[in-house]
Amino acid sequence: MSDQILNSAALTEAQRTAGDMDAAAVSVRGVNKQFQTATGVVHALEAIDLTVSAGEFVSLIGPSGCGKSTLMRLIADLDDPTSGELTVFGKTTTQARLDQDYGIAFQQAGLLPWRTVAANVALPLELHGVASAARRARVADLLDMVGLTEFADRFPDQLSGGMQQRVAIARSLAEQPRLLLMDEPFGALDEMTREKMQTDLVRIAADTGAAVVFVTHSIPEAVFLSDRVVVMSPRPGRISQIVPMRLNAVAGREDRSDNLREESSFFEMVTEVREALHGGAADGTADEPRGARGVDTR
Amino acid sequence: MTATRNDKRGEVAVRLEKPSGAVANPARSRLLAGFLWGIAGVVSIALLWEGYKFFGPDNGVLIGELRVLPRTTDLAMPHLWDMMVRLAEPVTRADGALPLWAVVALAALLTLGIAAAGWAVGVVVGVGFALLMQRWRLAEFGLLPWIVISQTVPLIAFAPVVKSWGSRVEIGSFEWQDWMSVALIASYLAFFPITVGALKGLQSPDRIHVELFETYASGYWSTLKKLRFPAAVPYLLPALRLGAANAVIGAVVAEVSTGLQGGIGRLLIQFAGQASGDPEKAWGPIFGAIILGLVAAGSVALLGIILKDYRRTEEAA
Amino acid sequence: MTATSANAIVNGRSGTGARRSKGWSPRTESTLRIVAPISFGLLVLGIWQLLVTVGGVDDYLLPSPTSIVAELVEFWPAVVSATVLTGTNSLLGLLVGSLVGIVLAAIAARWRIADQMSAPIVAALAVVPIVALAPVLNSMFGADSQFGRQAIAAIASFVPIFINTLRGFRQTKPVHRDLMKAYAANSGQMLRSLTLPTARPFILTGIRIASSLAVISALVAEYFGGPRGGLGSLIATSAASSAYSRAWAYVGASIALGLLFYLATLALERLVLRRVPTGGSR
Ligand SMILES: Nc1ncnc2c1ncn2[C@@H]1O[C@H](COP(=O)(O)OP(=O)(O)O)[C@@H](O)[C@H]1O
Ligand SMILES: [Mg+2]
Repeated sequence: MSDQILNSAALTEAQRTAGDMDAAAVSVRGVNKQFQTATGVVHALEAIDLTVSAGEFVSLIGPSGCGKSTLMRLIADLDDPTSGELTVFGKTTTQARLDQDYGIAFQQAGLLPWRTVAANVALPLELHGVASAARRARVADLLDMVGLTEFADRFPDQLSGGMQQRVAIARSLAEQPRLLLMDEPFGALDEMTREKMQTDLVRIAADTGAAVVFVTHSIPEAVFLSDRVVVMSPRPGRISQIVPMRLNAVAGREDRSDNLREESSFFEMVTEVREALHGGAADGTADEPRGARGVDTR
Repeated sequence: MTATRNDKRGEVAVRLEKPSGAVANPARSRLLAGFLWGIAGVVSIALLWEGYKFFGPDNGVLIGELRVLPRTTDLAMPHLWDMMVRLAEPVTRADGALPLWAVVALAALLTLGIAAAGWAVGVVVGVGFALLMQRWRLAEFGLLPWIVISQTVPLIAFAPVVKSWGSRVEIGSFEWQDWMSVALIASYLAFFPITVGALKGLQSPDRIHVELFETYASGYWSTLKKLRFPAAVPYLLPALRLGAANAVIGAVVAEVSTGLQGGIGRLLIQFAGQASGDPEKAWGPIFGAIILGLVAAGSVALLGIILKDYRRTEEAA
Repeated sequence: MTATSANAIVNGRSGTGARRSKGWSPRTESTLRIVAPISFGLLVLGIWQLLVTVGGVDDYLLPSPTSIVAELVEFWPAVVSATVLTGTNSLLGLLVGSLVGIVLAAIAARWRIADQMSAPIVAALAVVPIVALAPVLNSMFGADSQFGRQAIAAIASFVPIFINTLRGFRQTKPVHRDLMKAYAANSGQMLRSLTLPTARPFILTGIRIASSLAVISALVAEYFGGPRGGLGSLIATSAASSAYSRAWAYVGASIALGLLFYLATLALERLVLRRVPTGGSR
């Protein structure tokens, strides 16, 4: 399996050098987002500035309702900002979506129940007219990468939650995106599966060289995965601090393994993010009742 | 509101677990038991009929003027076996007359054909309306209340009036046939459940799936083909089955009210008129109508077997 | 793989526009929900009247709304008595059908065997044309009796009520059943405080659906012979004697009757469920 991954990594590298290396993967400038609701205006995001470089892994963390999902949806062009500017690889978000510059995974796997695992992974390729032979080869690679080769012909309802989420991740990688958007993709998993998936994701992100914007509730998860952790606070949703991860034990992100979880630098970073989080959220109660909408509440 | 009339019973949810070899499969034996008890249910109805006929008073049971239980004479309630025997006998005393069952079967076939034509029109129009309403919310706002209301009123009352249209429509060489009036009424009845079911189905994809397709920059038609139609199958199938049953009812009623010859509706009236001399004969077309309804709904159920992959979400419910 | 981004552009036509144009504010939306159907209805009525008066569409084909109203006024007493007759048949059928449906569903919920025995019969009743029984019912109960029509209305309304009630009886959650068991509740208490309240919205939904079917069936049964005087037979005789405007007037009355039944059962449903926040019916 590593052969194929090396190949695909090399290909991505080639694409990246050919493409706009200089443009940041995501650039958010002075973005505000307000929702008109029956009960009034909700300030979901206020004055957000954020740059994610190509190949960088950035986590968004903060209490429920602080606008993490909203920010991700703006980047994915699923919603429009009220004001401010967003670009993805130097293009408008709409253009980036039309060009399929990003892959996305939500908290729920969101697999189509009438398609087999293989057909679910093949869906974006099918929609974009990839020939069926190429499609089959690519799907085989991806299922191998997430360790689900034997389950290719199963239907989603025959898989566990963790397996379904792995299929969703394989699907989000299908078109070798240079940017991965993930909204609490491991939120519904048990702790054990979760750690394994984190380790897998670190490897996959490093192999493909994709930039990742990763939404999470979990501090250790953010620390383990990220180059930088963006701490947000609610009402209105703001970035309260950006904490760079200094995990001195390891050189590159791809070398992070389960051992890291027991090292002191890991705990130091966890503490730093915790303090940033609690300092930033001091003005509000920690949890608002799970509000109206947003991807994760669905 | 349509879905409620269709129970999901009778559609056996087949869950694809690991095949458990030739060992007596508990699911299979439960199925068999259910089947046998079902037969027992039908038999007990037959016993009830014959039992009441045997023990009940000839003139039925009356409370004051109102007869609440039927007369038990052979004229009012023939023996079941006499009905069966009658089916095999020639329909009239004329030489070379077909047996009753054959006459009924031919008539049922004609009615089935008309109902099928009406059903097909109902499917096209119903799905068309659903697509319209799914695409434009204003269309949904404007039309859906009317469609729901029209489901609650006896629009079939129009049937005798529709007949008057038939003789007057003539477009070029195309001439309106009487059977088309019947098919039109059948399609009318089939149309409502199909529209409502199709709309529900087309609107059924979760937001997460719709947004996923949006992130794929998938256009209207490919989203329709890969997401909305597949997701609509569990809603569409019961609607199509109800539509088929409605089309049969509409065809039978319309045959009666428009006086169309040759179908089962006509036989129902005609043989009932002869019931004083030949009471068993009147039951022939009734059995025909029952089988007709079952065949129509059963054919749609077959469609459900073909589309079983698209119904995986049903099983959980 | 190389084909992807090119294709994305080709396929990506509708992506942007359609989604965001839908952004009506909540208030606009609730206004449109009322205005749109009313204007559509008025539009159809206007086109209809225009077609007949200006467009010269044959009165046989489509009588104008005004001439239908004129007939309605002229034959008002006959319309009222026919509506009362058909309405009574429907109401009796609905009442009996509801009672039998609920009782049998309770039995089927309690004893699995009863459920299995009734399953094929109910499934068949749901799809066969029950009106076909009208002629033999007339001979079983006497040709001058309305009983056949009432029986058909009863059978027709029985089906959705039975199905919905049975479904409702099966909605009790295991955690609630366990709770009742832990309280050592007897079966009567179980029924009163758990099973019935859970099933209530389903029963009422069944009755609402059945109400329309009862009217439709009682009316259609009249096409199959028996005593005259109901809406169905009057529509048939008016149409047969080419009095189309009058036939349409009776059609209008039957629509009003169906609507009356529907709205009455809808109101009953709302009234009973108002205090109970189950929202479970649909
Ligand atoms: N479509 C929407 N309409 C109205 N309010 C919304 C919508 N989406 C999100 N919100 C509100 O915006 C705020 C941020 O939501 P969200 O981004 O989902 O938070 P998070 O993902 O951080 O939990 C919340 O107060 C939420 O209620
Ligand atoms: Mg969220």
